[in-house]
Amino acid sequence: MVSLTIDGQRVAVPEGTTILDAAKKIGIDIPTLCYHPDLEARAVCRVCVVEIEGQKLLQPSCAYPVSEGMVVHTNTPKARQARRMAVELMLARHPQGCLECIRNQSCELQALAERLQIREIRFERKLRDLPKDESTPAIVRDPDKCILCRRCVAMCHDVQAAGVLYPTNRGVDTVVTPAYQRAVSDVSCALCGQCIHACPTGAISERDDTEAVWQALADPNKHVVVQTAPAIRVSIGEEMGLPVGTIVTGKLVSALRRLGFDRVMDTDFTADLTIIEEGNELLHRIKNGGVLPMITSCSPGWIKFGEHFYPDLLEHISTCKSPQQMFGALVKTYYAQKMGIDPKDIFSVSLMPCTAKKYEADRPEMRSSGYKDVDVVLTSRELGRMFREAGIRFEDLPEDEHDDPMGISTGAAAIFGATGGVMEAALRTVYEVATGKELGALDFVSVRGLDGIKEATVDLDGMQVRVAVAHGLANAKKILELLREGKAPYHFIEIMCCPGGCVGGGGQPIPTRMDTRAKRGEALYLADRSLPYRKSHENPAIKEIYRDFLGEPLGERSHHLLHTHYTKRGKYPWLSS
Amino acid sequence: METPEVEKCRTGSSGQPDEIDSILEKYRGRKDALIPALYDIQKVMNYLPESAAVKVAEALEVPVSKVYGVATFYTLFSVKPRGKHIIRVCESAPCHVLGAMNVVKELERELGIKVGETTKDGRFTLELTSCLGTCGVAPAIMIDDVVYGNLTADKIPHILSEYR
Amino acid sequence: MEFYRSHVLVCGGTPCVLEGCKAVRDALISEVRRAGLAGEVKVVETGCLGPCDMGPIVVVYPEGITYARVGVKDVPVIVEEHLLKGRAVDRLVLGTGAKEKGVVSYERPPYFELQQRIVLRNCGMIDPDSIDEYIARDGYRALAKCLTEMTPGEVIDAVKESGLLGRGGAAFPTGVKWSFTARATANQKYVVCNADEGEPGTFKDRLILEGDPHSIIEGMAIAGYAVGADKGFIYIRGEYVLSIERLERAIQKAREYGLLGEDILGSGFDFDIEVRKGAGAYVCGEETALIESMEGDRGEPRLKPPYPGTCGLWGKPTVVNNVETLANVPPIILNGPKWFRGFGTERCPGTKVFTLTGDVNNKGLIEVPMGITLRQVIYEIGGGIPGGRAFKIAQTGGTSGGCLPKELLDVPMDYFSLPEAGSALGSGALLIVDDSHCIVDIARCFMKFFKHESCGKCVPCREGTDRLYEIVDKVAQGNGRLEDLDLALELSRVMQVASLCGLGQAAPLSLMTILQYFGDEFREHIVGKTCPAGTCGF
Ligand SMILES: Cc1cc2nc3c(=O)[nH]c(=O)nc-3n(C[C@H](O)[C@H](O)[C@H](O)COP(=O)(O)O)c2cc1C
Ligand code: SF4
Ligand code: SF4
Ligand code: SF4
Ligand code: SF4
Ligand code: SF4
Ligand code: SF4
Ligand code: SF4
Ligand code: SF4
Ligand code: FES
Ligand code: FES
Ligand code: FES
Repeated sequence: MVSLTIDGQRVAVPEGTTILDAAKKIGIDIPTLCYHPDLEARAVCRVCVVEIEGQKLLQPSCAYPVSEGMVVHTNTPKARQARRMAVELMLARHPQGCLECIRNQSCELQALAERLQIREIRFERKLRDLPKDESTPAIVRDPDKCILCRRCVAMCHDVQAAGVLYPTNRGVDTVVTPAYQRAVSDVSCALCGQCIHACPTGAISERDDTEAVWQALADPNKHVVVQTAPAIRVSIGEEMGLPVGTIVTGKLVSALRRLGFDRVMDTDFTADLTIIEEGNELLHRIKNGGVLPMITSCSPGWIKFGEHFYPDLLEHISTCKSPQQMFGALVKTYYAQKMGIDPKDIFSVSLMPCTAKKYEADRPEMRSSGYKDVDVVLTSRELGRMFREAGIRFEDLPEDEHDDPMGISTGAAAIFGATGGVMEAALRTVYEVATGKELGALDFVSVRGLDGIKEATVDLDGMQVRVAVAHGLANAKKILELLREGKAPYHFIEIMCCPGGCVGGGGQPIPTRMDTRAKRGEALYLADRSLPYRKSHENPAIKEIYRDFLGEPLGERSHHLLHTHYTKRGKYPWLSS
Repeated sequence: METPEVEKCRTGSSGQPDEIDSILEKYRGRKDALIPALYDIQKVMNYLPESAAVKVAEALEVPVSKVYGVATFYTLFSVKPRGKHIIRVCESAPCHVLGAMNVVKELERELGIKVGETTKDGRFTLELTSCLGTCGVAPAIMIDDVVYGNLTADKIPHILSEYR
Repeated sequence: MEFYRSHVLVCGGTPCVLEGCKAVRDALISEVRRAGLAGEVKVVETGCLGPCDMGPIVVVYPEGITYARVGVKDVPVIVEEHLLKGRAVDRLVLGTGAKEKGVVSYERPPYFELQQRIVLRNCGMIDPDSIDEYIARDGYRALAKCLTEMTPGEVIDAVKESGLLGRGGAAFPTGVKWSFTARATANQKYVVCNADEGEPGTFKDRLILEGDPHSIIEGMAIAGYAVGADKGFIYIRGEYVLSIERLERAIQKAREYGLLGEDILGSGFDFDIEVRKGAGAYVCGEETALIESMEGDRGEPRLKPPYPGTCGLWGKPTVVNNVETLANVPPIILNGPKWFRGFGTERCPGTKVFTLTGDVNNKGLIEVPMGITLRQVIYEIGGGIPGGRAFKIAQTGGTSGGCLPKELLDVPMDYFSLPEAGSALGSGALLIVDDSHCIVDIARCFMKFFKHESCGKCVPCREGTDRLYEIVDKVAQGNGRLEDLDLALELSRVMQVASLCGLGQAAPLSLMTILQYFGDEFREHIVGKTCPAGTCGF
C-alpha cells in the first residue's frame, strides 16, 4: 500500500493506483474526458490535471500513479486554469449544436462544459468542416464533433480487433478516420457500435430510424408488429431513468402497446427456436462428420467481422439465422397465415441492443418471406427516445404480457443476451435431445461471467463435447486464430461480438461500460430463474410451430426460412467492388 | 493534378505489383518495419497509393488504418501522387531570417505553381518543410535527396535547370 | 601508417559539399601529384571543420592554416605557394590574416581561439571513412579499457563523476540515466542513439556523425557494456543522407575489426548496431516518440512514467542518448572524470557544441567550454553582426528556446544560467537576428513551426500551437487585438505545464520572451497599425 495526501486528506491505496482512483476513494471526483474506465489511459485531454507538490508540471490524474508521501492538490488555480483552458480550446473547435445533437444530455463534453461553468470562449470559432459519414445503415460518424480523445481507436483496435479507425495526419489537422478516408461502408467494420460507447461526444452514433416507425404506427393500413430482444428488457429501464439492470419486461410490453404497436411479440421466442435448430445442426454435424467446431451465428457483428477477417472459416458458422431474422421471416409467413393478414401490410419492427442488426436486416438474404423480413431495427436508445417523446412514464406502467403466437419463451432464451447464454441454452437442449435424459443442474456456471474466453466440457453419454465462449472480437480473434491453425479443440464455440454479449451491445443505453454490462447480465440470469420454462425444447409455442408450420428441425421449411449463408468479404472490401 | 506524366511515374516499370511484393518479402510479420517498408515502396511508386498500403498491411500484419495513420504522420511520405522531383524549402527561423521567403517566391514564379502544388508536366512538387539541418548554409532547400544552400533568388533558375 | 610532411584536409561536410568541396579535393589531389608531392603531402577528406558558411574549407597541417571559400582555381596557388614554398596564401586565409611574414607565426583566428574541441576532437582531423585514422587517434581505446579494465559499475561511476549532462536538451545526468537501466532486470536491453536532430538551427549531430562516426559507435558500445545491452540503434533523420552512408560504412568496418558483433575484443561482450531512419517529424526527437516511431507507429510521445530507462523500446529498458552526449563518453573514459571537470563550469562540466545561424558573420559549428557568454560567442567567435546592423535578439536552444535581448548578452551559456534568464540551452542552436527584422514576423515563424510539428495528441499543444500562430498571424496582418495578447500569455502558461511532452511545454517560450521584451512592437502593430521594421505588409 502507498499512502498519500489529496486535498489535505490522507489516503492509502495499492501501488499502481492512479491519482484519479485514489481521489475517488475519498470522495473527490476529478473531472475527466479522454479517460474511460475500460480502456487504457492515453491522457490526451489534460482535463484531469492536478498539481503535485514538488513538480513544476501538472500531471494527468487519470494516468499518473501514486507514490509514497505524494501531496496532491486537485483544485489549485493553476490546475483549474489548465483544465478550463483545455475545455475552452476544444469547444472553440466544436460545433455548438447541442440542441440538435444526438448526444444532447448524454454527452461528456457538454456535461464537462457545464460542470466547469465555461461561460465564454475567447478564441475564434473554427470548425474542421469534415463531411459526415452516413454510408452504413448502422453507424453515423460526424468528425466535426470529434475531440480526438481516441477512445474509439482503443475500442476498435484493442477490444474489437477490427482496426477500422486510426488517427491520421498530425497536429491540428489530426482526424480519426478509416484508412484513406474511406467511408465506413467500404471498410472491414463490424458495425458493432462499440465505438459509440467509447465516444464521449456525438461524433459517432447509431443511425436514427425512429421516424420510419412513427410513420408506420400512424399508417392505418399497416399492421405494425414488434419483437423485443432478450437484452432489451434489462436495459431499456435505464433509458427511462431506472437503475442499471432493472428487469422491465412487463412494462416494456405495455409501453409498446401505448405507443400503438398492433402486436407485441418476443425475440425470445425465436431465440428458443434458434436453440432447436442450432442444437440439431450441432448434433447433425457431430454425427455426420460435418465441419467442426461449429460457431454460433446470432451475432451479426461477429458475422460481419468473420466475413471480413476469416472468410476461410465461414463454413464453421452455424447456418441458423439470428433470432431477429428468424422472427422476421416467420412474422410475414407463419404469423401472417395464422392471422389472415396480407404480409405486404405487415410492418415488422425489432427492438435490439445492437447496431449491427440494422445492417443485418438490410442484407439481401434477409427476404425469405418474399418481403423485407424486418422492416426497421430500433436500438434501445432510439426506443427510449420514442417513449420519452410520447410521454410514457415507465414507473407508472402496468406489467403486460407478450402477445401470441410468438410471445412465449423460456429462461434459456432470456440468457441469450449475456455472454455464454447461447451456449448454456444450447447445452440445456442438446444434452436432453442427445441423451434422452433430464438434466439435473441447469446452470452451466463455467460459461457465465465476463472472462474473455471461457471453456467447458460436457459429457453427452460418454461423448465429451468441448465448448468455448468468447465475447468481444479481440477475444474471438484469439480462438479463431487457433482454429485457423487447426489447434482449437472444440466442438462448439459461442462468439458474441460485444463485450458482455448483447447486454453490452452497441445500441444499448449510454453509458455502457463493463460494470453496466455485468449488472445487465446478472439481471438476465435472474429473469431466467423466475421463468416457468427454462429449456427451449420445453417451450409449448415452439412445439406448436413445429407441429403446425415448420415440420421438423432442419426440415425443408426451416431450411428456407430459418437458415442462411455468408459472404466472403475480405479485409479490403472496396478492393473487389 | 492527375496529369499523364504523374500517372507514368506512378506506374512506370518500377511500380509493378510483383516488385512491391518482393520489396515486402523481407518485412513479413515485422510490425516495427512499417517505416522502412513505406520508404522502399515510395521509392519505386513515388507515393503511397492505397493498393500498396494494403499490401504493406498484409505483409506486416497491421491494420491498413494504421499504415495510413503512420504514412500521413510523417512529412517524407505522401499518400497522394506527386511530381517526379520534390522540392522542399526550409521555412524554419534560421532560413527565414536569411530570406527563405524570397526563395519560395522565386520557386513559385519559376515553376508557375504555389506551395503544395505540382507542375502540370508532373516534374516538380513544391513543399515547405521544417529545418533540414543545413542551417549553416541557410537558406536551404532540398530537391529529392540533395541539399542546396546559401541560396538567393538568382541561383534558383540554374538549380532547376539540372532537373528539367 | 606512412609518414607525410603535410596533411591537407578538405572538409567533406554537407555544407561544404554543397559549395563544391569534392571538386576542390580532386583538384588538390591531381595538383599535388603534378607537383611531385604525392609521397609527402596527403590530401584527406574530413568531416566538418566549423565555418560551414564559408566553404569549401581547406586546412593545411602541421601549420593549421585554414583557407576559406577555396575554389578549384585557387588550388594551384595553394600547392605552389604553401606546399612547395611554405608561404600561406593570405587572401584565402580565414580570419585576420598574417601579422608577420611566414607561415609558422600565423595567429589562429579568434574563431578557433576560444574553442575547445572534445566532442569535435576528430572532426576535420581525420577521414571519417577510415577506421584506421580513428584508431590512430586513440579511437576504441576507451572501449578496450572498459572491456578489459573496468566493470560496468565502474564505467557508470566514471560517467557519473564526470558530471556529463545529456546534450539532447533535457540535460539529465548521463551516468544517473545509465544506472537506472543498469539496475532494471530484463532479458533484453537497448541503447538508442538519438540522431533525429530536428531543432531548427541545429546541425551539430549531423556534422559529428559525418565527421567522426566511430566516436558514436564507440560511445554506444560503452553505454551497452555499462547497462548490459547487446543491441543498439541509431535513429537518424531521413534527410541526413551522407551521415547515414558514413554510419553504415563505419558500422561495417567496426564489425570487420571485431569492434562490434560477438565477443568484442575477446571480452565476451556482444554489441551490434542498426541504423533506423526517421521520416520527417520533429517530435520524433522526443525519446518516447522516437521509440514509438522505431516500433513502426506514429511518432507520438508516450506518457511518462514509465520512463524509457526502465520501459522503453518494445517495453524493454532502453538508454536513449544524444549523439553529442555519446561522443563525450570515450574521452571521459580515457582521460578520467577529473580531466573532464577541468572544462566548463562546476555544475556543467565539459564543452558544448553550438551551431551559429542567422545574422552573424561566422555561421557554423563551434565547440566551447560551458559557461562562455553569449556575447563572446556572437562577437568574438561569430564575428558580430554583418552589414553594420544592430543586434536585436538571440534565440538560444533553437525554436524551442527563448529570445534574449541585448541587455542579457552577458549571460553564461550553460544548462542553468540560460533558464534563469528565461531561455534554454537546449540543443545548442543559436540564432542571431538583427534589427532589420520585425519581431512579429519572427514570432510568427516560430509559432508556425510548432503548429506544423505538434503531433496532435494532447489538447493544450494541438489546439494551443494553432491558436498561438493564429493570434500572432492576426497581429502581423494588422488584425490583432490587445486582449489576444493576454489570452496568448494565459494559453502559453497552460501549455508549459499541461502539455503531454516537451514539445508543447517548450512551444510558447519564444513567444513569451518576445512579448516580455518586445511587447511594444506588438502593440504598435495592433494599436498604431504599423510595422516598425516595415516588413508586415499593411
Ligand atoms: C520535442 C522534442 C524534440 C527533441 N529532439 C531531440 C533531438 O533531436 N535529439 C536529441 O538528442 N534529443 C532530443 N530531445 C530530447 C530527448 O527527448 C531526450 O531527452 C534525449 O535524447 C536524451 O538524450 P541525452 O540524455 O543524451 O540528452 C527532444 C525532446 C523533445 C521534447
Ligand atoms: S457532441 Fe456534445 S457538446 Fe457537441 S454538440 Fe453534441 S451534445 Fe453538444
Ligand atoms: S441552454 Fe442556452 S443554448 Fe440551450 S436552449 Fe437554453 S438558452 Fe438556448
Ligand atoms: S463499429 Fe465496431 S468495428 Fe466498426 S468502427 Fe466502431 S468499433 Fe470499430
Ligand atoms: S470519435 Fe469520439 S471516441 Fe473517437 S476520438 Fe473522436 S471523440 Fe473520441
Ligand atoms: S443475438 Fe443478441 S440481439 Fe439477437 S436475439 Fe440474441 S440477445 Fe438478442
Ligand atoms: S453481441 Fe449482440 S449487440 Fe453485439 S453485435 Fe452481436 S448481436 Fe449485436
Ligand atoms: S567548412 Fe563547412 S562549408 Fe567549408 S568545406 Fe567545410 S563543411 Fe564545407
Ligand atoms: S505536447 Fe504536442 S507534441 Fe507533445 S504529445 Fe502533446 S500534442 Fe504531441
Ligand atoms: S482524462 Fe486524464 S488526460 Fe484526459
Ligand atoms: S533552418 Fe533551414 S535548414 Fe535549418
Ligand atoms: S560542414 Fe564543413 S565546416 Fe561545417
